[in-house]
Amino acid sequence: MPTPSTFESGPISQPEDLLISIRDLLTHYDGRPILQGIDLDVRRGETMVILGRSGCGKSTLLRHLVGLAMPTAGQVIIKGYDITKLPEEELVPVRRKLGMLFQSAALFNSMTVAENVALALREHTELEKSTIDIMARMKLEQVGLSGFENFMPAQLSGGMKKRAGLARAIAMDPEILFCDEPSAGLDPVVAMGIDQLILKLKKAFKMTIVVVTHELASVFTIADRIAMLHDGRVIALGTPEELQASSNPLVQQFLRREADAEEIGRERFLSNLVGEEKG
Amino acid sequence: MTTALGYLGRQTIRFLVHLDRMARLSFETLSEAVMAPWRGRKLRGRSTLEQMVRIGYDSIPIVCTIAFFVGLILAMQSAYQLKRFGATIFVADLVAVSIIRELGPLLTAIIIAGRSGSAIAAEIGTMKVGEEIDALRTMGLSHVNFLFVPRMVALLIVLPCLTILADAIGIIGGYLLSISTLQLSSTRYLNQTASALIMKDLMTGLVKSGFFALIIAVVGCYQGITTEGGAEGVGKSTTSSVVTSIFLIIAADVFFTALFYAAF
Repeated sequence: MPTPSTFESGPISQPEDLLISIRDLLTHYDGRPILQGIDLDVRRGETMVILGRSGCGKSTLLRHLVGLAMPTAGQVIIKGYDITKLPEEELVPVRRKLGMLFQSAALFNSMTVAENVALALREHTELEKSTIDIMARMKLEQVGLSGFENFMPAQLSGGMKKRAGLARAIAMDPEILFCDEPSAGLDPVVAMGIDQLILKLKKAFKMTIVVVTHELASVFTIADRIAMLHDGRVIALGTPEELQASSNPLVQQFLRREADAEEIGRERFLSNLVGEEKG
Repeated sequence: MTTALGYLGRQTIRFLVHLDRMARLSFETLSEAVMAPWRGRKLRGRSTLEQMVRIGYDSIPIVCTIAFFVGLILAMQSAYQLKRFGATIFVADLVAVSIIRELGPLLTAIIIAGRSGSAIAAEIGTMKVGEEIDALRTMGLSHVNFLFVPRMVALLIVLPCLTILADAIGIIGGYLLSISTLQLSSTRYLNQTASALIMKDLMTGLVKSGFFALIIAVVGCYQGITTEGGAEGVGKSTTSSVVTSIFLIIAADVFFTALFYAAF
């Protein structure tokens, strides 16, 4: 059996430019379907944005892509390895090629920023401590956090935490970077900074990036292709231009930031009430 | 009536399911602790040492104070009964045997369950709800190896040590009370204590404290890793870790005391 550590040829043959293939992914939570047959391919070097409303299953999909959750059925093939079939032990070599930026940044609060970035290097490589320190400092410099090496995560602002999270995610020079809501909870200026940083990292390291978000401003800045999810299904897939030209009413509603019909009804109902009171 | 029985049954089954998962977790953690170097993973010496300081060294004052008080109380209560028979010298036997066989290990375990078991649950629980455990996993690091093993190994080392300390301080407490208020001579008290104790007493106490350490570590880690739902969830896990570990410690104590009583 080939070991995942070699990576050159996986047991499942795929076209060379396909890095991630999701095949008929189904998942349930408490008996409720969350993902209802997702099929999606991510090509080498592209930035794929998974877009959708809250609760559409996009974060769940991302958790499946890094093996943090097991689907009810279907495949997630990364570099030729179906990670849904791999036990935790054998996932390790695959995961070394992945970096993940969590929504909350998920920095280890008991460690300094530099220790956070250095952790994977310390655990997975035999490098000298001094080399690891230099590498961690370089990664922090790349995300614009020079001088914050000895800060504790609690001392950082939201945007800085995301930057530190990014530095940690790219510490092992991953081939694929996953970002869960990178600009959520940040002000527009800081959020734009994170988007620019993602673009810069992609250009510098030729990484394949998968971003889950519902921030429209981010989407059109960073996306090469967009997959829009609705009720656990991909309802639209294409470049930002293709998506803007889509005739799908759900896509248009999302892009135009329109409220649900039901909600308009309730708002009208409320404004009528106010009107009546005033009258 | 049927509803009450149904409720009781469901609760029992839930408890047994938790117990089963905890047993698996302790097996997994212990095997990881022993097998880590062969599985190509690091032994976490520094982290274990940090935990030993936090759980063991930092607990010394509270363990000593409580053991000292319990020694005093035990001497007073037994003197109250024994002086009616003119046998106050047997206070020495009673204090020594009950502290070494029973109260030393039990009290130390309960203090550590309240102090460190809860801290383990809160720390791991906070990491769980803050996605830190997920972050560890995506970095290809095992949370069992990274978090559970150092805490369990540290507890297995420090709890018996703290127990020996508590035993000694408890006996000193009883001794000081006896020579000051019960007018017993210092040499007689010490000789009486020495003759009352046998090695087996200390051994049974230490075997118990080893198992108590296992219980505190497993319950703390289990409650931490199963935390759901933000700060409120962390609070629930912390409380639950203290209640569950104290319950299991006392249940295990009954079992071991009966076993040692019957078998030795």
